[in-house]
Amino acid sequence: MNTQPILEVKGLHKSFADHHVLKGIDFSVKPGERVAIIGGSGSGKSTFLRCLNFMETLSEGEIWVDNERIGVEKNGRITYPEKQLCSVRERLGMVFQQFNLFPHMTVLQNVMEGLITVKGYTKQDAHAVAVRELAKVGLSEKHDAWPGRLSGGQQQRVAIARALSMEPEVLLFDEPTSSLDPELVGEVLRVINQLAEEGRTMLLVTHELGFAYHFATKVIFLADGVFHEVGTPDEVLKNPKKPRTQEFLRRFSEFAF
Amino acid sequence: MDYSWDFGPVLSRFDMLALGLLNTVKIAMVSIVLGIIVGLVLVMMRLSPRKWLAWPAAVFIEFYRNTPPIVHFFWFFYALPVLLAISLNPYVAAVLALSTQSGAFYAEVFRGGIVSIERGQWEGGKALGMTHSALMTRVIVPQAISRMVPPFIERSFELLKTTALASTLAYADLLYQAMLVNSETFRPLEVYTTIALMYLVLLVTASQLARMAETRLTAYQ
Repeated sequence: MNTQPILEVKGLHKSFADHHVLKGIDFSVKPGERVAIIGGSGSGKSTFLRCLNFMETLSEGEIWVDNERIGVEKNGRITYPEKQLCSVRERLGMVFQQFNLFPHMTVLQNVMEGLITVKGYTKQDAHAVAVRELAKVGLSEKHDAWPGRLSGGQQQRVAIARALSMEPEVLLFDEPTSSLDPELVGEVLRVINQLAEEGRTMLLVTHELGFAYHFATKVIFLADGVFHEVGTPDEVLKNPKKPRTQEFLRRFSEFAF
Repeated sequence: MDYSWDFGPVLSRFDMLALGLLNTVKIAMVSIVLGIIVGLVLVMMRLSPRKWLAWPAAVFIEFYRNTPPIVHFFWFFYALPVLLAISLNPYVAAVLALSTQSGAFYAEVFRGGIVSIERGQWEGGKALGMTHSALMTRVIVPQAISRMVPPFIERSFELLKTTALASTLAYADLLYQAMLVNSETFRPLEVYTTIALMYLVLLVTASQLARMAETRLTAYQ
């Protein structure tokens, strides 16, 4: 079995102006791993995920994808050629909290877009892939709908289909259910779970601790800009060793019944 | 007041006014098309990350926003020929003034449309691996256009009305022709009332056409 990491992070720092959000993170993902990243709001978990596919520029540190260092060193400074970033983003699919579907395209066109403009597929080939991926997320009847006419849960499933269509090596989920009405959360989590069963490599930033427990092979508790506690779901979510993790989980269980 | 209206002398010279109207439409159309080109170039410069491109565009736009339109007409007609040692006919000078003015304002209209597109749209496209230019042409601009349409139309109406300043350069637009008719008939009340109505009909017709275009361009919303 291939145990080379797909994605590696070394010494990652990220600051916004004088706000130091990520303070030195080392991390790697191997094929088939499913990592849930939890932590309080403002802890930097979304920022961490967004640094991986360069939605945010790194303040310091290195990102390696398929054993290739991203960025080119020129006169002692790291630059990131657009071509390389596009290729990284193509390999690391992302699903956003706010879906970010293209409102001027139908559901089908949304899924076909990347295939045509990035992968250079013909319309027919792109169409076939889009039909297949939309069937997988249970939206075969919505091909010609405008995204604005769909429920939040349906929009998020289209966004997942759009990311899947690119056949990414890793899927990054940035709080995919946080902007959904509670009754719509389930349909999205079921789709993510189905992807887990296929053995896909995934990183999930979430507040759904129950789902994280069942979904993840590894759980990371992020606090104060560092990985405060890392382990299996049982270790981190059921028997956390660090007081900070315990306290975070206690707040979640306060109103459990 | 005891004034006896008489449109007779004016209407008998209606062909002169019709020619003026035609020239007004012509100069407006030409200036809108050239203005769009100027505006596109300016907005690309203005939004460029390269400062040496963005700055001149910003200065150009600010200059036009903060100077009276009639000054531009005079500058192109009286000043530019001195500078270049050439002579410009009134039509060319007026087109230059109108298209650079509208170009400056169109650039702001275009920029407003583009920057109004949410960050999430950029990110949605980037996350798929789209290049900046693919994102622009496939995702951002198509959405921005529908937001640009109302201010674009607004601006074009301004331009249509500003064409009347071309009469100060003796270009035979509707206002200039009216002045000719007036000097032959000495009927200012009838003459200027007539052309006011002609401008009104022109603009109302144009706004109907614009509304139809707007509905089509914003269909998906």
